[in-house]
Amino acid sequence: MVDALVAMLANADFWAAVLRIATPLVLGTLGVLLCERAGVLNLGIEGIMVAGAFTGWLAVHAGASLWAGVLVAAATGAAFGLLHGVLTVPLALSQHVAGLGITMFASSVAYFAYRVSFPNVSTPPTIQPFAEMRWLELPVLAAQTPLTLLALVLVPVVAWVLNRTPLGLAVRMVGENPAAAEGQGLSVTAVRIGAIVAGSALMGVAGAFLTLSAFNAFFFNMVNGRGWICVALVVFASWRPGKALAGALLFAFFDAMQLRLQQADVGGMPYQAWLMLPYVLSIVALVAVARRASYPQALMKPYRKGER
Amino acid sequence: MSERVLQLAGITKRFGALVANDGISLELSRGEILALLGENGAGKSTLVSILFGHYVADAGSIEAFGAALPPGDPAAALAAGVGMVHQHSTLADNLSVLDNVMLGTEPLWRPASRRREGRARLLATAHRFGLAVDPDARVAKLSVGERQRVEILKALYRDARVLILDEPTAVLTPQESEALFATLRGMVAEGLSVIFISHKLDEVLRVSDRIAVLRAGRLVATKAARDTTKSELAEVMVGRAIPPPVAKPHSRGEAVCVIDRVSMLGERASARLDGVSLSLHAGEIAAVAGVSGNGQAALVELLCGLREADEGCVTLGGAPMPADPSAWIAAGTARIPEDRRDTGTIGDLPVWENAIAEHYRKPFASAGVVRRGAARSFARGLVDRYDVRGGGIDTPARVLSGGNMQKLILGRALSGGAARPENFVPTLIVASQPTWGLDAGAVAWVHQQLLDACARGAAVLLVSEDLDEILALADRIAVIHAGRLTPARPAKSWTLPELGLAMAGEGTRDAA
Amino acid sequence: MAVAAPFAAVAFTLIVAALFVAWAGAPVGRTYALIFEGGFGSRFAWSETLTRATPLILTGLAAAIAFRAHLYNIGAEGQLYAGALAAVAVGGLHGGTGIELPPAVLFPAMLAAAALAGAVLMALPAIAKTRFGVDEVVTTLLLNFVVLLVVSMMLDGPMKDPAAMGWPQSVALHDDLQLSKLVERTRVHTGLLIALALAGLAWGVLRLTTFGFEVRAVGANARAARFAGVPVTRTILSVALASGAVAGLAGAIEVAGRTGYVTLDMSPGYGYTGIVIAMLAGLNPLGVVAAAVFVAGVLVGADSMSRAVAVPTYVADVIVAVALLSMLVATVAARYRLRLR
Repeated sequence: MVDALVAMLANADFWAAVLRIATPLVLGTLGVLLCERAGVLNLGIEGIMVAGAFTGWLAVHAGASLWAGVLVAAATGAAFGLLHGVLTVPLALSQHVAGLGITMFASSVAYFAYRVSFPNVSTPPTIQPFAEMRWLELPVLAAQTPLTLLALVLVPVVAWVLNRTPLGLAVRMVGENPAAAEGQGLSVTAVRIGAIVAGSALMGVAGAFLTLSAFNAFFFNMVNGRGWICVALVVFASWRPGKALAGALLFAFFDAMQLRLQQADVGGMPYQAWLMLPYVLSIVALVAVARRASYPQALMKPYRKGER
Repeated sequence: MSERVLQLAGITKRFGALVANDGISLELSRGEILALLGENGAGKSTLVSILFGHYVADAGSIEAFGAALPPGDPAAALAAGVGMVHQHSTLADNLSVLDNVMLGTEPLWRPASRRREGRARLLATAHRFGLAVDPDARVAKLSVGERQRVEILKALYRDARVLILDEPTAVLTPQESEALFATLRGMVAEGLSVIFISHKLDEVLRVSDRIAVLRAGRLVATKAARDTTKSELAEVMVGRAIPPPVAKPHSRGEAVCVIDRVSMLGERASARLDGVSLSLHAGEIAAVAGVSGNGQAALVELLCGLREADEGCVTLGGAPMPADPSAWIAAGTARIPEDRRDTGTIGDLPVWENAIAEHYRKPFASAGVVRRGAARSFARGLVDRYDVRGGGIDTPARVLSGGNMQKLILGRALSGGAARPENFVPTLIVASQPTWGLDAGAVAWVHQQLLDACARGAAVLLVSEDLDEILALADRIAVIHAGRLTPARPAKSWTLPELGLAMAGEGTRDAA
Repeated sequence: MAVAAPFAAVAFTLIVAALFVAWAGAPVGRTYALIFEGGFGSRFAWSETLTRATPLILTGLAAAIAFRAHLYNIGAEGQLYAGALAAVAVGGLHGGTGIELPPAVLFPAMLAAAALAGAVLMALPAIAKTRFGVDEVVTTLLLNFVVLLVVSMMLDGPMKDPAAMGWPQSVALHDDLQLSKLVERTRVHTGLLIALALAGLAWGVLRLTTFGFEVRAVGANARAARFAGVPVTRTILSVALASGAVAGLAGAIEVAGRTGYVTLDMSPGYGYTGIVIAMLAGLNPLGVVAAAVFVAGVLVGADSMSRAVAVPTYVADVIVAVALLSMLVATVAARYRLRLR
């Protein structure tokens, strides 16, 4: 068993798989992180990923280029994000329930639209997905598609924006003390909604990775809880982009490992036990860090202008 | 003294049926300190919130430096040179001083924040006005006085030419207030103008050039500070005669509650206690004075049964007490929390359920079922007896005004759920900031309730940041600073400067 | 005004859903008529709707009870499956003991096992919340996936029905443990009565008892509740157990009343739909019954409608989701107007 493990770890294909599995998690986690740094929980992610996966794929299927598909997915995410923003910021609805509603709404709309567009197909229609970047000639990275590169580049970009720009300061401030932001002449509503829209766009792209890169078609239940895992990863990452990348990679490492072990049929474990691992790990990670998690101070606290 | 920097004309603002500002017109000149004087609820904060753009007025207009100020836009007010220091801290604890100051001062889409320039500018501004700060300190680590300095610097950093301060001295020691006044004088000497909000007559007379008095939403008088007196101001401010609370004769009885070398650990200074001892006696009002955030919260939580002592112990009637609110209630403690809305009442539940919330198991339930009839008639009695207005017993508690909410809480605490509330005397009353934000009439009423209960034999602990309140009521005073409590001494043995020094943490034992 | 909120929300929902129907290219009026007919238009339609409403009342109650205490149990789906599995473990496999017990003993034991399974499953996130401050929404959501995999594992392993020819389904419940039919030649079963009784019980407990007061107080303002002497942690844990137990019962009653065994698709998201029902009902247990019947009618009606016109059944999910969001908005609007008064 140890030999098998060592062989697995020495194999570049394994690490390529890790990075591939991590990609939608990185994108989704960055999206959740942006929303939560601005003080708003976005449980719409699960449905937004479904919708992004569908619209991105549909655009490409209809003849658009792959990158146009990514943009369509981002726009889809942004649109649902705008809805979530309106519901939770000016209307100050329960962020939990509104987010679940967005998830239900976005995924049911996507499934509905899929059935309307393709009423009578038995096998899902396919597209030509993103190609691997063989030209890159770097061991693990060459086996990835440009979307993975995009996800990796976005990590420092998001970190820079949050920590080094006036805009990022504004986002952090509305997540820490919205009254202070308003007292300095900023519109809390605009900054919060802006952050949610941007974050949701990333969630849409995370979904599109599944249909435009990991697979080549749209399936029902293809997101399969990845969105919820991103929500857990943000807590695990203490709301920091760098740690979010680390968390996503760690998570993907275990996921890739369980896939291999499952195939190797180690110890006669039923395959479901391996499949459980990612979800169980997420829960364990949440419990482990909860004690010392330093939440954005205004997370889940709606802000009403002028309320004392 | 002629250049006009601000002009408010006919400002009117209603909240539902309440007219918070009623046609107020005011002007402010360059180099002037204008005091806005009024009771709590007179409309001062509303007026400056409109001026600064937090609220939109229903009628009226504002001009700053000759140009009309668009309503409801703090950014425009800031751009016009109006800065505001809010009553409640508007700083983000987890960010640095520099972050808090620079927020919103740069174009949002700039690709990188110019922090080096910002730091230099902040230090220069701080130097110019004599307000020392560390730009890189995390705000959570700052004292209340330092936080206020950052708040002022936030405005000055933006070249504010008019500075509004909303009740700035409420959280300061007398000495810190003195330093603030010096800063303000320095600012007007440089040509800035200041609006200073307060309900304290002495400081208004000392610091301001002109005094505008608000009462029930109206501007009732504007006077030059040198042409008026304290008693004249008091009369126009209150507008009616409020008989001062009468202390009935009471005598110190046995020690009811003994706090013995209690320490409590906590991340924040307000949550820590360090070897605190205090005994509370029947028929006596003991007061804890201090600047907010020095451990009062921990002390009150201890005596309300909300938190456990990490070291030391606390006894009530000789028995050690657990950290369980219902045990304290059962032992006859009447608790008046600082935060009426968040701690004292359950806003979405009706008044009657709030009235029995401390006694819902006993006596207002049998076999797990609430005795609705008994509970409701008790609540009705309480509402009558303590004159809780603003709705019947079925209205949600959240719609009550602050004063009526406080009456409900006081009534609940002082009745002890007893069938005959008039015969019930609490063993111990723990009152934390019981008059915060109330108008003069309500303040006098609350004070009277505490004095009466004391005269009937209750031990009273008054925790307050308002020295006037403490000096008016307390038999003995102890001062808390950084979680340490001075010995409680008879009220008359303290001088005001002594209290101030103790509040600032400078030992009084050497001086005495 | 608060009473008008659900109606305003439903009206708005129907307008939005009409856009989707039109998008699918179907006549809006006829589609709605078909949905209504399929859900409420005949004796058969009513029987199907009430059959579908039975588990929905229970999952709706599970959500309503928990949400009242501000405990966001999103795990009713998993708890339902856990209850179903426990029911078959007791009622189909005799808990592996091989001891044949009379139905009079076995039936309550089966329900108790299901309730216990659901309760235990909800206790874990509740403890994580009260002890470590872990947000229960994410943990209950993730547990749903875990439970479904456990079910899959069981259906492949110890609880596999050898007669099902490789189809993933569990052994069947004993015939004498099946719930009897409420109306002949329909699928409505006595589980509906159990669900209605539980709704009444929940309403009474919330409104009349000290425990009900504790739940409402903790939900409205946990800080103030604790100040007044309400045992907040104990209340949250009790509510978690009750909520999980009711969701677990939903699983047992589905098995005993409708399917007879556990499959991986026995619940088309009853747990999640229960959340919508609870919100539509304004978290009122009696309202849950009405909301569950309404939602069940829409789901059943959409099924039969899509056989007649080319509108995918997913329109029902769209309706349910939009109903949830517009109900949230309507509640806030009603409350806002109340405050202005």
